[in-house]
Amino acid sequence: MFGILRTLWLTFLHMGHRRVTVGYPEHKPPLPPRYRGRIILSRDPDGMERCVACNLCAVACPVDCISLQKAEQDGRWYPDYFRINFSRCIFCGMCEEACPTYAIQLTPDFEMSEYLRPNLVYEKEDLLISGTGKYPDYSFFRVAGVKIPGKDKGEAEREAPPVDIHTLLP
Amino acid sequence: MATILIDGRACPARTDENLLQACLEAGADLPYFCWHPELGSVGACRQCAIKQFSGPDDKTGRIVMACMTQVTDGAILSIDDPQAREFRAGVVEWLMTNHPHDCPVCPEGGECHLQDMTVMTGHDSRRYRFAKRTHRNQDLGPFINHEMNRCIGCYRCVRFYRDYAGGEDLAAFAAHNDLYFGRHEDGALESAFSGNLVEICPTGVFTDKPFSAVYSRKWDMGGAPSVCAHCAVGCNTIVNARQGSVRRVINRYHEAVNRYFLCDRGRYGHGFTNAPTRPRAPILRQGGIPVPISMATALERFATMAKDGPIVGIGSTRASLESNFALRCLTGPDRFSTGLAQLEHDLTMQVPALLRATPARNPSLHDMESADAVLVLGEDVCVTAPRLSLALRQTLRRAAFPAADAAKVPHWMDAAVRMFGSDAPSPLMVLTPAATDLDPIAATAHRAAPDAIARLGFAVAHRLDGSAPDAPDLSETESRLADTIATALRTGRRPLIVAGLQYANAALIHAAANIATALHATGADAALSLVAPDCNSMGMALTGGIPLDAVRTMARTGHIGTLVVVENDLTRRLDTATLDELLAAVPHLVVIDHIATRLAERADLVLPAASFAESGGTLVSTEGRAQRFLPVITPTMPVQESWRWTQQFTRAATHADAPEWTNLDQIVATIAHDIPALSRIIDAAPDAGYRLDGRRLRSEPARISGRTAVRANISVHDRPLPQSPDTPLSPSMEGAYSPDTPGALVPFYHAPGWNSVQSLNRFQQEIGGPMRGGDAGARLLDDGIPAQAPEWHHDIPAPSTAAPDDLLLLPEPRLFGTEELSALSPPIAARVTPATLRLGTLPAGLQDGGMVSLTLAGERLTLPVRHDPALPPGIALCPPHLAARAFTAPVRVQLHRDDTP
Amino acid sequence: MTVPMPLIIGVTLAVLLGLATFLTWFERRLLGLWQDRYGPNRVGPGGILQAVADGVKILFKQDWIPPFADRGVFVLAPAIGMMTVLLSFGVVPVTAFWSIAGNLNVGLLFVLAMMGMGVYGVVLAGWASNSKYALLGGMRAAAQMISYEVFMGLSVLGVVMQAGSFSMRDIVLAQSGLWFIVPQVLGCMVFMLAGVAETHRLPFDLPEGENELGAGFHTEYSGMKFGMFFLAEYAGVVLISALLATLYLGGWQGPLLPPPLWFGLKTGALVCLFILLRAALPRPRYDQLMALGWKILLPLSLLNIAATGAILLLHAPG
Ligand code: SF4
Ligand code: SF4
Ligand code: SF4
Ligand code: SF4
Ligand code: FES
Repeated sequence: MFGILRTLWLTFLHMGHRRVTVGYPEHKPPLPPRYRGRIILSRDPDGMERCVACNLCAVACPVDCISLQKAEQDGRWYPDYFRINFSRCIFCGMCEEACPTYAIQLTPDFEMSEYLRPNLVYEKEDLLISGTGKYPDYSFFRVAGVKIPGKDKGEAEREAPPVDIHTLLP
Repeated sequence: MATILIDGRACPARTDENLLQACLEAGADLPYFCWHPELGSVGACRQCAIKQFSGPDDKTGRIVMACMTQVTDGAILSIDDPQAREFRAGVVEWLMTNHPHDCPVCPEGGECHLQDMTVMTGHDSRRYRFAKRTHRNQDLGPFINHEMNRCIGCYRCVRFYRDYAGGEDLAAFAAHNDLYFGRHEDGALESAFSGNLVEICPTGVFTDKPFSAVYSRKWDMGGAPSVCAHCAVGCNTIVNARQGSVRRVINRYHEAVNRYFLCDRGRYGHGFTNAPTRPRAPILRQGGIPVPISMATALERFATMAKDGPIVGIGSTRASLESNFALRCLTGPDRFSTGLAQLEHDLTMQVPALLRATPARNPSLHDMESADAVLVLGEDVCVTAPRLSLALRQTLRRAAFPAADAAKVPHWMDAAVRMFGSDAPSPLMVLTPAATDLDPIAATAHRAAPDAIARLGFAVAHRLDGSAPDAPDLSETESRLADTIATALRTGRRPLIVAGLQYANAALIHAAANIATALHATGADAALSLVAPDCNSMGMALTGGIPLDAVRTMARTGHIGTLVVVENDLTRRLDTATLDELLAAVPHLVVIDHIATRLAERADLVLPAASFAESGGTLVSTEGRAQRFLPVITPTMPVQESWRWTQQFTRAATHADAPEWTNLDQIVATIAHDIPALSRIIDAAPDAGYRLDGRRLRSEPARISGRTAVRANISVHDRPLPQSPDTPLSPSMEGAYSPDTPGALVPFYHAPGWNSVQSLNRFQQEIGGPMRGGDAGARLLDDGIPAQAPEWHHDIPAPSTAAPDDLLLLPEPRLFGTEELSALSPPIAARVTPATLRLGTLPAGLQDGGMVSLTLAGERLTLPVRHDPALPPGIALCPPHLAARAFTAPVRVQLHRDDTP
Repeated sequence: MTVPMPLIIGVTLAVLLGLATFLTWFERRLLGLWQDRYGPNRVGPGGILQAVADGVKILFKQDWIPPFADRGVFVLAPAIGMMTVLLSFGVVPVTAFWSIAGNLNVGLLFVLAMMGMGVYGVVLAGWASNSKYALLGGMRAAAQMISYEVFMGLSVLGVVMQAGSFSMRDIVLAQSGLWFIVPQVLGCMVFMLAGVAETHRLPFDLPEGENELGAGFHTEYSGMKFGMFFLAEYAGVVLISALLATLYLGGWQGPLLPPPLWFGLKTGALVCLFILLRAALPRPRYDQLMALGWKILLPLSLLNIAATGAILLLHAPG
């Protein structure tokens, strides 16, 4: 009983407290870098597309709003098209979580309202940025074993040069 | 049946299997790599370690390799035992030390047995911090990608390629950690079964190259059960598609037919479905100019044409039963043609009758594997029925079983059994005009002209049963050969005779029938298999019709108003002059097809048909097994099934009795009703009303991705996916899925924890046994009532009396290039080699590789010559269709002496 | 001094509906204030036009009746809810001369009767919707409202005994010396709690119970029919506040300021208290609500009657 009255009283006193609401859009709140907003596709430190079209983001997405098609050039995989239907996206970040290359990243930008839903369908041209995003150093192909232009077999991180299969010596 | 205890659970097990099989059959998750249900065990990977206890009091137990230990009644096992777990985790961790960081860019990812097993053993982070060994890859041709870094050294590839399929050009190189699996140098893998490496290799070393170009993860593709359309064997396949295009074909297990393997023609031959040249709209040719028209206009045009006289239909041996039958309904049985020229027509019609009348068994492929004496009579099965040749190859392995049994070595103990096999005599005997891939492993391989082979065959039959007619005037060698063959066949308890229509020689198949009859009379469990040329040749034989020659006669006498040709490129059947004459006498030509053919270029009306991937239908394999294929893509109008076109024609031409089929099942029912020989095709597969747990079966995996984005560039609004009335499979991921799905309806293989094709184990009643949901297809020819007394064929050819420079030119079908549909598939086309003329003796002054000209099927050709000393005299070989388009049956030719064209 | 009847009716109706509409905005602003937020502050000065915007929106919404609903009853239910509340105002005396029904001698009984009728609005809404959430909401409403009607009725008996009349005006006049809140503090408390429960306002809004029942009895309602429930609820808040002011706080009486203003002030303060309850208190469990009623409020109100009666008897002249 007393507790109830005390609650009432304390709530009443909140009349004098400062309001925490930020008056957007007059005041833009500072957003942390890991805020989950508009999704981008980043590039690796060499300026190449990071996405290797592995489809893991697409399969991780709980609302199935990512679709892409793999293509290949000299051993590098990349998406032929990469489409996110933002009118379905719930900005859960599962795609970023699933991405093995840090290609897909959510950014602190959420101002993407549109009057027409088709305008919320972003293609690769709309998603691909020219920088590395949150992860400046990582490059998947420097770790992976496949051969790409500029990186021969055995030249990835922690790789020995290709073996000579004509010898039986240990 | 024995009972074994797995972690305290009593499970039934067969005593002729190993513990790994028993555990898998009991539903346990036991990881493995080197064991394969068809290849047996070698105990190379050490991944299948479990604990075995010697009795209830044994608390220590010992670690054994499950795949190398025989099931014994009452065996006490533990998969969960901490020591066994640790052992297995250790094995995977070691295997992974050199494994590249490749999964995201590995086409195996998502259906990778290595991924599955790594997860199953719980290995999740790498402790090894040193350098990984790496390998250079090889270019293995248009079918297979090579990425050797990913190899875990399980040896499955070479065991399949060399031991099982008899390939020579894939081997293990180097040693220890550096082990390398590849060719001695870059180049296309030669084996006709190289594509199976994709499914055999548990990692991403060998992957499907054409698929990689249109790659999609397994979870993103819809699947549908299908039947291979590239030869008459009728291998079961799964077709995968995404966004309306076919992505790949993989094996669908059928216990009695193709089991675990396909040939490369079947796996890579589907490219024609995505061809840019495919007709996608009705085309009207007005004054030589093709104009796309609407469906309604097309039907109107047809109705107008139909007024100009009787309609005659030409069906096709590559079209489904339904397509042919609907055409037959349009024209009536008297005006429906099989689309085969007289000779082929007669022979094709004979095949089912022969199989029915002969008392010997008509074996399935799996059945053939256990034959203990095999005579191949004048058919190069390695190219006309590749998967069948692989089955014949397995008879060699069976030959080792008696010795293995005597030594108490179980049959799954692969390496040991093969060791015994090296001493066992080969049960194979091959009589063909030219060398075949089976020759190297055959006990007898003899070269002769088709007629001579037939004579030999008759002679063998006579030696087996004196009442059979003998071939007169055999030479000394021939007589001795006939004796040898007869003796070998007589020793077999399950002898098998294989012949076919390759050389369009009736005497050959009659001789084969005589031998089979004679063998049966000796009390042996004899079998006769006749290889038909096309995927639905047998269906056509059972449907019946008139030969093309009869159509020509009708045309000449002005009895054709409109000629409707369904899925048949007559330019491959009739030479130019004959075809011109036929078409000139026909006022209207209508072609329904799903590929762009030369005939279609001359048609007044071309209608786009649905390919096998977009339609449902029934094919009858050479074994007489009716098998259903189902659509994986719902065709977008105006592309529709041939039978729907012809049905609409029937309506448009206002026939009184226009059939009212609204789905596949109804036309199947009509066929079964109207043609008694086909009455059992209803049982080929469950109908579209089939429901599992009250629901349709889903055609897409539950975790398909991108459903709300894949069409978003066209429309952001959801739309219900079009449901085909012909299939019990839903077009989406909604629906039931279970390992109890009937074999005829399996859209893809998946089991919890088993994302790769290895999940198939869960779908079988026992490993390598029938499907839990029942096997696909219905055999149609088992109802023959053979005559009491053996009936002999007497059409023994006379010995050859040909002039020395008179050549008999035989068709030499190729694995790639001579089959019509697969030749249109880019990867197959890349393997087609130019046509040559193979000659036994080169005419004076001609070098190997030199050019020679001849007139063939109305065409004057100049071909390079290949010298093949093994060929019998007076025989030349040339691939059908490749050089002269209409060349299919043996002809006598003369080489032009002067090289002036 | 008499005011013409049509004028009284018109003004009362206008003021009431205006007030209810205003309250929809005012409540949100006040909640915001107490919860350190703003509430609707964008439309018009201070956001006041939000109420208008909401009204427009709700008027233009598709007025949809679910195909599975019992159409007649479905339409009738919100009307009943609204009617009963509005009718109750008929007997509330704003000043000595300003009340629609004049000095109805059974005024208080009429109010209780109307409250009893009000139950039908909610129950029928839940029933007619023919959906499980609505039905559960309606059931809860029936049990809750009928129970609390009992305590409400019992709690005001003390007032009636003291005033010796059911007439509202008499009751107010009886308080010219001492507001009844002093002698009837128990009754006042019970009445107030019962009032919250009767209007199914937070924290006693179990018939709606958003987190478990969707929106309870009005789950299936949309458009203006929903609007009617909504407005009726706010009108109900005003009604209970007005009754509290009348019965316990001396109605229009007060020094200096003119009587209508006093009445307004008291009612307004009580409305704010209602809103404060919503801002501060969580919703109890349903069984807790019923236990509170039957195990605490009922004995309390009976005690109140007994005590009042005893004291009255003791002081009775003669
Ligand atoms: S944030 Fe979530 S919903 Fe949006 S695309 Fe990524 S996974 Fe899908
Ligand atoms: S998970 Fe990353 S790398 Fe893979 S497809 Fe998505 S964005 Fe590309
Ligand atoms: S083989 Fe399997 S585990 Fe290895 S990279 Fe490919 S998908 Fe990954
Ligand atoms: S290439 Fe594949 S099948 Fe062959 S040994 Fe390596 S992992 Fe095994
Ligand atoms: S599966 Fe048993 S050792 Fe490889």
